[in-house]
Amino acid sequence: MTYIIKGETGDWELVIGLEVHAQVISNAKLFSGAATVFGAEANTQVSFIDAGFPGMLPTINSVCVEQAVRTGLGLKAKINKRSVFARKNYFYADLPQGYQISQFDLPIIGEGEIILDLPDGTSRTVGIERLHLEQDAGKSVHDQHPSKSFIDLNRSGVALMEIVSKPDMRTPEEAGAYLRKLRAILRYLETCDGNMDEGSMRCDVNVSVRKAGEPYRTRCEIKNVNSVRFVMQAIEIEAKRHVEVYESGGDIVQETRLFDPSRGETRSMRSKEHAHDYRYFPDPDLLPLEFDDAFVEAIRATLPELPDEKKARFVETYGMTGYDAGVLVMEKETAAYFEEAAKGRDGKQVANWLITTLFGGLNKKGLSITESPISPAQLGQLVDLVNDNTISGRLAKDVFEIMLEEGKDPAVIVEERGMKQVTDTGAIEAACDAVIAANPEKAQDVRDGKEKLIAWFIGQVMKATQGKANPGMLQEILKKKLLG
Amino acid sequence: MSLDRDTVRKIAFLSRIEVADDTLEPLAGQLSGILDWFEQLKEVDTDGVQPMSSVTDAVLRWRDDVITDGGIREKILANAPEAMDGFFTVPKVVE
Amino acid sequence: MTSLLDLSLAEARDGLRAKDFTAVELTDAYLGMVEKHRGLNAYITETPDLAREQAKAADAALAAGTAGAMAGIPVGIKDLFCTEGVLTTAASHILDGFKPPYESTVSANLKKAGAVMLGKLNLDEFAMGGSNQTSYYGPAKNPWKAEGSDADLVPGGSSGGSAAAVSARMALAATGTDTGGSIRQPAAYCGITGIKPTYGRCSRFGIIAYASSLDQAGPMTRTVRDAAIMLGSMAGFDPKDSTSADIALPDFEAALTGDIRSLKIGIPQEYRPEGLDPEINALWDKGIDMLKAAGAEVVDISLPHTKYALATYYIIAPAEASSNLARYDGLRFGLRVEGKTLDEMYARTRAAGFGEEVQRRILMGTYVLSAGYYDAYYLKAQRVRARIAEDFRNAFKTVDVILTPTAPTPAFGIGANMDDPIAMYLNDVFTVPTSLAGLPGLSVPVGLSSTGLPLGLQLIGRPFDEETVLRAGDVLEKAAGFSAVPSLVKG
Repeated sequence: MTYIIKGETGDWELVIGLEVHAQVISNAKLFSGAATVFGAEANTQVSFIDAGFPGMLPTINSVCVEQAVRTGLGLKAKINKRSVFARKNYFYADLPQGYQISQFDLPIIGEGEIILDLPDGTSRTVGIERLHLEQDAGKSVHDQHPSKSFIDLNRSGVALMEIVSKPDMRTPEEAGAYLRKLRAILRYLETCDGNMDEGSMRCDVNVSVRKAGEPYRTRCEIKNVNSVRFVMQAIEIEAKRHVEVYESGGDIVQETRLFDPSRGETRSMRSKEHAHDYRYFPDPDLLPLEFDDAFVEAIRATLPELPDEKKARFVETYGMTGYDAGVLVMEKETAAYFEEAAKGRDGKQVANWLITTLFGGLNKKGLSITESPISPAQLGQLVDLVNDNTISGRLAKDVFEIMLEEGKDPAVIVEERGMKQVTDTGAIEAACDAVIAANPEKAQDVRDGKEKLIAWFIGQVMKATQGKANPGMLQEILKKKLLG
Repeated sequence: MSLDRDTVRKIAFLSRIEVADDTLEPLAGQLSGILDWFEQLKEVDTDGVQPMSSVTDAVLRWRDDVITDGGIREKILANAPEAMDGFFTVPKVVE
Repeated sequence: MTSLLDLSLAEARDGLRAKDFTAVELTDAYLGMVEKHRGLNAYITETPDLAREQAKAADAALAAGTAGAMAGIPVGIKDLFCTEGVLTTAASHILDGFKPPYESTVSANLKKAGAVMLGKLNLDEFAMGGSNQTSYYGPAKNPWKAEGSDADLVPGGSSGGSAAAVSARMALAATGTDTGGSIRQPAAYCGITGIKPTYGRCSRFGIIAYASSLDQAGPMTRTVRDAAIMLGSMAGFDPKDSTSADIALPDFEAALTGDIRSLKIGIPQEYRPEGLDPEINALWDKGIDMLKAAGAEVVDISLPHTKYALATYYIIAPAEASSNLARYDGLRFGLRVEGKTLDEMYARTRAAGFGEEVQRRILMGTYVLSAGYYDAYYLKAQRVRARIAEDFRNAFKTVDVILTPTAPTPAFGIGANMDDPIAMYLNDVFTVPTSLAGLPGLSVPVGLSSTGLPLGLQLIGRPFDEETVLRAGDVLEKAAGFSAVPSLVKG
C-alpha cells in the first residue's frame, strides 16, 4: 500500500512517527498516594506532592513500574533493568513543580516493535524507539471565566507511558492501524484502558515529507490529536502543507503545531521567542530505578495471549483468514466472545456470523460487544439450528433480528413462532406440485432449457411454506419434478 | 566565557525572572565572572569518570499502589493567592 | 534564672527528669531571652504560645513517665522546615504568608520526642548564602563582637539565625540545614557545635529544597553531647524521602566514650593553602595536638581535588536550585504579582519575590543546564564531584576521621563581600567538599581569634559513621575547654 502526494515537482512520500501518551492503569499516582480515577471534582485527587508544595518529595509506585515492564514485554521490547528519572524543566500553569519528572537518556524500555494488520491483508512492522515513564500534568480550563484560566490538578502526577515509534509509517492508514494495534495491545495487557475520549491515550504526530530516496526532511510535531480519525486527517493535511511550502520555494521549520479539525488545518503553537530548552537533568530527589531478571520473568509469566498470537491461533485452529482473525482479536472482548461462541462449533462459520451479522446488529443499536443482548452461547445455538436443519439460513437471519430485540434463546423463538424448517418430503412435494400446477408455462420453459427459472420456482415454494422448506431438499425435489 | 545581554535575556526568560534592560549588562558581567571562575574545572582529568548525581549507591525504593492521599482540596487551595470554585486561577492562557 | 540558661541540653534533660525545674520554667526562661535579644533578628517568627503549650504537655509527659528524648527542651527551628500552621518563609518574600498544611519529618520527629518550639529562625534566603545577609527579613546578627569594636558581625549562614540563637541563649538548641556548609560555618562563627550528618541520615521531607543532592538537616547545639542527643531525635529512615537511608539509627550519645586511642586522624594538606590565616593554621595545629594527646594517631593524607570543590559546588547547587525553585510561581502559595499574561505574572512574581543572590543562582543554574552548556558545566561538575568523593574514599581507607578548619576566617562584618559573590563563596571552601561527598561533618568551637572571635575545627567521617565523628568531637571539645560566651550573654 502506498500513499503518494503528487506535487508539481514530482511525487512526495510521507514519513510518520507517533508519540503516544498512555495513562497507566494504577490506583495511585506515579509519585504520590492520590487517586487516579477519571472525572472527580476539581482538585480533590491532589496531594501536596502533586501540587508541587515546598519540601514535598516523590516516591515511586511499584505498580506503575510493573505496568511499564509489562507493556515493554507486550511490545517485544528491550527491558532496561536500570533506568533514571530526569526533570524536564518548563513553566506552565498546570505544571505545579515547574518541571515534569520523566525519563530522558535512560528510559525503562528500549526498542521494540508492533505488527500492523492492513486492510489488504498484508502486515507491516513498525519499530518502537522507546517507552518511558513520566508524570502527567494537570488541566487548564479556559472557558469558565472571561479573563481567567482555571487549574485542576487531579491529573497532575498520574503515571503515563510515553511510547515513541520510529519514523516507520508511510501512510495515514498505517498510522491509524498503528494506533489501533497499540491500543489493542495495551488493553490486552490491562496497562492502559485506551480511552481516547477521556484522554487516557493521547497522541502527538510527527510528520515530514520527502522525495523518494531522499534522507528525512524537517518534521513538525502535531500535539494532542485525540482520535484515530483525527490523526489520519492531521497527517494528510500537514503533509499537504509541507508539499505546498516546499513547492512554493519555502522551507519547513521544526515546530509544534496544533490540529484544528473544524477548520481542517494545523497551525503553529509557539512562536520562536518562546523556544523551549527543557534542561533535562537527573532528578536528585529520586535514585536510579533498578530491578532484576526475576522481576521481569515474574511479569512475563503472567502475560496474556496477545493479539498477534491470538490471531495466529485463530487462523490455525479455525481456518479463518488472517484478516478475519485480525478483526476478531482487535478487542479482547470480541475475541473472548468469539471463542465462547465457537466452542465445539465450526469457527469459520461462527466468525462469519459474528463479523457480518452481529457487528452490524450491534452497530445499529450502538452497543459494544460486552453489551450484546445475544450471548455467545445463544449465537452458537443459532448456528447449531442452521447446521442441524432446524431452520434455514434465511430464516436464521430473522431469528437473529428477534434475538437482538428480545434476547431470547433461538430455539425458543423458533418454537414460539413455528419457524421450524419443513423436512417432510411429502409436504415439500405437495407444495412443489401446487406451484408447478399453477404455472404450467414456466414449468415448460424450464424443461425447454431455461434452467435458471428453477430459482423462481424455489422462491415461490419458499413463499408458500413461509420460508420453512429445507432449501436443499426443495431444490432436489423441484429438479426431479421439473426435469425428471 | 563571557555572556552577552541577549544570552542573559534568554536565561532570564527561561527562568521566568523579569530583568530590567539596564541591569542586563551588569548581570552579564557578574555571571561571566562566575563562569570564568568555573574554567578551572577544565584542569581536572575526568576521562572515563562517571558523572555523580547522587552520593548514595542505593537504588529507588518502591511504594505500594494504594491510595493514601488526596481529598484535601481545602488545604490544597488554602494558600493560593487566588482560587475560584475549587480551582486555582491564573490570567487567561491563550494558546 | 541565669542558671537554667547555662545548662546544656543534656543537663537540662537530666534536670527535667529529676524534677529540678519544669519545662514551662525552662521555656519561659528562653522566651525571655528571645524577647530580650530580639535585636539580633535571629527569629523570623516567634511562637511563644505554642511553646508554652508544648512545654505544659512536656511536663505532663515527664510526670507520666512517657517523656521522649527531647521532652521540654526549647528549640528553634530554621525557617526552612515546614511547620504545620506556622508561617514558613525560607526567608524569602516569595513565600509571603505561606502556612504549610503539613509538618517536615525532622520537625515532626522533634515534636514527637517532646521538644518545645520557640519559633522559626532566620536564614539566608532559600539557604543560599554564607552570612545570613540574603534574608528578606534582614540579616541575623552574630551575638559576638570583636574586641574593642561595636560593629555588627554576620553569624554565618545559611543557618545564621540558628547559630545566633543558640549562641545568645535564645534557644537551647536549633535545627539547621547544610548544603555546602550552612550548619558548620555559622556554628564556627558563633562559637557553637553543629553537625551535618551523612546525606540520607535525616529526611528531607518537608524541608524547603535548595539543592536536593546536597541538602541535609542537622542539630546546632552548645555541646557535642547535645548534638548527639538531638541528632538521635531528628534522624531516622523516612519512606517519604526516596533518598533517606534505610539503616538503623545508632545511639549517638552512647558513642561518646571519651576514648579515641588508636583512632587514626587524617590531616589533609590541601586544607592548608598558601595565604591561609596563620591564626587558623595555629588553631588547627592546636587541635591536632589535642587529639594526639588523647591517644589518637595523626596521619597526613591527600585530598587532591579539594581546590576544585567550590567551583563544582557552585555549578551543581545552582543547577538543582534553578529547578527546585521553579515551583515558586505565584500560583498555589505565597506572593503573586499580577501580570497580563501567565508568563508576565511568573516573571514579575519571581523578580519581586526572589532576592538578588537567589536570582543570580537561578540564572546561573539555568545557564549551566541549558542546551549547549550542559556537558561543559553540569556534567563536568558531576564528574569532578565523583573525583572529590573518590578522594575521600581513598583517604578513609587509612584514616577513621579527618580534621580540618571549619572556615578560613572568623565572622566578618555585616556588609562585607556583598558585591563580590566569589569572595563570599570562598567562606565555604573547607565545608563544601564534605557536602559534595555526602559525608558527616562536625564543627566544634576550639578557640578564639586574636580579636576574641570564636573559631571552629571540623571533623569529617565515613558515611553513616557519625558516631566516630561525635566521639572524636567530644574529646576535642573537652580538650579545648571552650567556655567563652558572647559578652551579651555575660552581661
